[in-house]
Amino acid sequence: MTKVKSLADLKAMREKFQSNLDVREKGDIQDEIVQVKVAMATCGIASGAKQLMEYMMEKAEALKIRAVFTQTDCMGHCQLEPTIEVKVPGRDPLVFGHVDNKKADEIFEKYIVNNEMVEGVIPVNREVIDK
Amino acid sequence: MHVLVCGGTGCKASQSHEIVENLKSALVENGLQDEVQVITTGCFGFCEKGPIVKMMPDNTFYTQVKPEDARTIVEEHIIKGRKVTNLLYTDPETNEHVSDSKHMGFYKKQVRIALRNCGFIDPENIEEFISRDGYAALGKCLTELKPEDVIQEIKLSGLRGRGGGGFPTGLKWEIASKNHADQKYVVCNADEGDPGAFMDRSIMEGDPHTIVEAMAICGYAIGATKGLVYIRAEYPLAIERLQIAIKQAREYGLLGTNILGSGFDFDIELRYGAGAFVCGEETALIHSMEGKRGEPTFKPPFPAVSGYLGKPTNVNNVETFANIPVIINRGADWFNKIGTEKSKGTKVFALAGQINNVGLIEVPMGITLREVIYEIGGGIKDGKEFKAVQTGGPSGGCLTTKHLDTPIDYDNLIAAGSMMGSGGMVVMDETSCMVSIAKFYLEFTCEESCGKCSPCRIGNKRLCEMLTKISKGNGTMEDLYELRNLAAVIKDTALCGLGQTSPNPVLSTLDNFWDEYVEHVVDKKCRAGVCKSLMRYEIDQSKCVGCTACARNCPVNAIKGEKKMPHTIDTEVCIKCGACIERCKFGAISIK
Ligand SMILES: Cc1cc2nc3c(=O)[nH]c(=O)nc-3n(C[C@H](O)[C@H](O)[C@H](O)COP(=O)(O)O)c2cc1C
Repeated sequence: MTKVKSLADLKAMREKFQSNLDVREKGDIQDEIVQVKVAMATCGIASGAKQLMEYMMEKAEALKIRAVFTQTDCMGHCQLEPTIEVKVPGRDPLVFGHVDNKKADEIFEKYIVNNEMVEGVIPVNREVIDK
Repeated sequence: MHVLVCGGTGCKASQSHEIVENLKSALVENGLQDEVQVITTGCFGFCEKGPIVKMMPDNTFYTQVKPEDARTIVEEHIIKGRKVTNLLYTDPETNEHVSDSKHMGFYKKQVRIALRNCGFIDPENIEEFISRDGYAALGKCLTELKPEDVIQEIKLSGLRGRGGGGFPTGLKWEIASKNHADQKYVVCNADEGDPGAFMDRSIMEGDPHTIVEAMAICGYAIGATKGLVYIRAEYPLAIERLQIAIKQAREYGLLGTNILGSGFDFDIELRYGAGAFVCGEETALIHSMEGKRGEPTFKPPFPAVSGYLGKPTNVNNVETFANIPVIINRGADWFNKIGTEKSKGTKVFALAGQINNVGLIEVPMGITLREVIYEIGGGIKDGKEFKAVQTGGPSGGCLTTKHLDTPIDYDNLIAAGSMMGSGGMVVMDETSCMVSIAKFYLEFTCEESCGKCSPCRIGNKRLCEMLTKISKGNGTMEDLYELRNLAAVIKDTALCGLGQTSPNPVLSTLDNFWDEYVEHVVDKKCRAGVCKSLMRYEIDQSKCVGCTACARNCPVNAIKGEKKMPHTIDTEVCIKCGACIERCKFGAISIK
């Protein structure tokens, strides 16, 4: 183990360990950052939701968007999988269907960053964000 | 994904350890051990519904989890992304499941400073502490601030001692810093002797590095190189976690010599107490650490002048210390905006008694009792009527409905005849007898008095005898006046804080529940039905069919009567055990 010999050492160490706690800290400030829920029931996983989630996590990191990704139950649009729900602070949540990597790029670059509408929004007929 | 499992003493007692084991093995079976981390944390505070399991980052809060639920959590929540509804907290008012702890009444009004890391990090992992800005405050002090700047910052923050007295912390540090000596000491008072209080234990169990860091900061500010934690031996888990923290801090070079290359040396040792209430008083505590009898001595001299081994010593409480790193990191100006004019910041309270949400809460100073009891505490158990709340333990008093809207701070509580104490809050409903409550605390004081000064040794004994006499139905009005007189004398003449405050439970109940005392001595009645001697069991002659079930079960043969004829109870012989009531199928026996 390395000793902490100076304040710079301590700061470097904090940077190094911080990613370990990122998951928890994001959970704590959920409502202040972008929340992405990926439907991951059998239908979602079968149409590539797992791979999509990983892709989006990398995308968020590349764009330096602080986002929290969680998996959720089937949203009831099995024919439109993979589906994701995106909640940007201050905006109403939106559900997108048939999301592939290309669509994800579009959602991140246009909708999340610039608040531009993109196609593929599923009109919601139920409360989606859990209380 | 992270799964946080409470590993505080309370949840450990209800098998949280097995929950962790089962979660881990279920994860391994599903090949998820690398993707999902299981972390044992300190107390979440919501002890009423423990053990608690929290899922991150989606913040799902599972309550009363049993070891066998671990598999369901993995298979449903983690693999299928479905919440395990029957483990979610149910809002008692709306009857709806609440999954996110931020939306629970219990957490909504809380502000967590001293408890900021409890239930969030693994207390045995220094790396998690460091990534939460741990030791950054020490680093800032050692490299950017002069000792007097540190003291100035603490003074500006308005922080007052959380151990009970409420003495301004910055001022205390300043006095200790100005007394020059070849050796000074920093002492952390972790004796926590108040019955019902467990915030200091939870901080040490959930975030031990905070105490290590704060003591080092204090050492730098006052010019001390040695720290001592006086902790009661009944806190084995807190002791273990502190030992681990101290060891890790030494390994990382955050304790020892030349810390962070600043030339400052500091190290900490633990000293164990045997769990005597009076040893929480700072002079008695110091004597106990020196190997002497745990008896207090007259102040002055204050420990800041002549303390451990006659050297200048700064004694602070665990919770006081837990605020220090945050004040340094976020600044006095941030801290002193929270709270009331004369009481800054937050206070941790241990909620207990007849309240729905028993647990540990941290709230801003100035919150009202009503908010604490009804919004955070979820109201009185079983829909009963609120009667009183005891704060300040054996040194405090009982507050009533008329105090429900008083903002809680040091000065308001004293004005209301109680005190902050260490933060115990025992909520009572109509089934509590106030004479018995006063007697309970006096019995505690008599037991814990060190016996050195006569007002405390003899005076409290007499108070206790009078209360016993009243609860037995032999009291007179003169006794009530005498209680007041004697209480005043003890307050004025006792040597230390223990004796000076021990009559408070009597005085505050006399003030707030005078009618109840009068009922006990004049009408020989205890309205709460607690004082056994004042109860009379009676058989309703019109309901009794003479089945003899009661007479056969009475252990002292107090019930007489012919078969098939109404029976009667000889109250002289009756010991009020209640066996007859349980046996009577006709509801003929009642307590008058
Ligand atoms: C009878 C008695 C018991 C006490 N018990 C405790 C205790 O358990 N923990 C504590 O921190 N302070 C206790 N105190 C207060 C200490 O004497 C001292 O004031 C305190 O540790 C100072 O720290 P603070 O300024 O940070 O509150 C007690 C005082 C008295 C009179």
